[in-house]
Amino acid sequence: MAEFKLPANSIVKTGKTYKAADGATNIKVFKVYRYDLASGENPSLDTYEVDLDTCGPMILDALLKIKNEMDATLSLRRSCREGICGSCSMNIDGRNTLACTKAIAEVDGEVNVYPLPHQPIVKDLVSDLTNFYAQYASVEPWLKSDTPAPPDQERVQSVEDRKELDGLYECILCACCSTSCPSYWWNSDRYLGPAALLNAHRWIKDSRDDATGERLDALEDPFKLYRCHTIMNCTDVCPKELNPAKAIAEIKQMMVERKV
Amino acid sequence: MSKFRSPLSVAKGMGSAKEGTHHFWMQRVTAVALVPLILWFCLSLAMMPEATYATVVAWMKSPFNSVMLILCIFASFWHLAMGLQVIQEDYISDNNIRMVSILVMKLLCFFFAALGVFSVIKIAVGG
Repeated sequence: MAEFKLPANSIVKTGKTYKAADGATNIKVFKVYRYDLASGENPSLDTYEVDLDTCGPMILDALLKIKNEMDATLSLRRSCREGICGSCSMNIDGRNTLACTKAIAEVDGEVNVYPLPHQPIVKDLVSDLTNFYAQYASVEPWLKSDTPAPPDQERVQSVEDRKELDGLYECILCACCSTSCPSYWWNSDRYLGPAALLNAHRWIKDSRDDATGERLDALEDPFKLYRCHTIMNCTDVCPKELNPAKAIAEIKQMMVERKV
Repeated sequence: MSKFRSPLSVAKGMGSAKEGTHHFWMQRVTAVALVPLILWFCLSLAMMPEATYATVVAWMKSPFNSVMLILCIFASFWHLAMGLQVIQEDYISDNNIRMVSILVMKLLCFFFAALGVFSVIKIAVGG
């Protein structure tokens, strides 16, 4: 059956508390999920008192302040700190989002920080997205055309056809959508998930691509595509404000169109 | 699953089953069909002059009413079976248990649909 309870070795225990420096007056409490496979211990929720007077405005600023000044053992992914690389995706205050574009001020009270849900954990906030990336690769996210490219120019596309790709090409593969989807939690071994399907649709809709039929064939499957039940968590959490649920609905619509 | 298989090979799995669209489409078709059918059924019951056994039997003997009832039963159980199948596929991760439970569910749906249809016909053409 689908797992509704945490296995005994995944139950989160109360962890250590790291106090703010003496004299700090503007304190925000961060509760951060900690897990180290090598330790053999259960995960724990460590408490960090962060002095906001000496901290940047974003959640990522606070996490880096914790790592730099309070506890160097904390592991997290980050790179661009401006919402375009998708590295610092995690579950903040109960919602998947990017730590770099989520302001500390948006969270009332304590800030709970967990890794992306229902993925294997490498360490602390770093989840193992191997399967997620492989599923993206499996939709063959590149232009496929039997028509030779013109020798002296790029493949042309009308302004209208290019507009069709808006809302699809902007995906940064942060995995916020897929890991917020209950269908993906229960069946991620077979369901491609919203991110891979949105990217599949990006190529299905591309006017320069000749492989629309092949791409639809590859998705026509009770699990790869039809596990989507329009729950809409994907669209709700997307930090780039894209709409994977709509992209999936459009794929289903095309499947029906070519059949009836 | 062998740990030496590449992640891409695991993600691709056994490829596409080349089906699912018919199931998806028929689930919607039966849902839409059930809107007028259930509406007709509820209104018909509500508009009966009296709710006695004899009135209902007499009502069911009309060819239009018995055909509509059979369509109601057919569409409801078809829709039910498809909906339950989706739930079982979602929540039962073991392949064998999933296959057996879907088969049992479909047999039960088929049995009750046949029972319903036969009962309507028996009343409609019976003495």
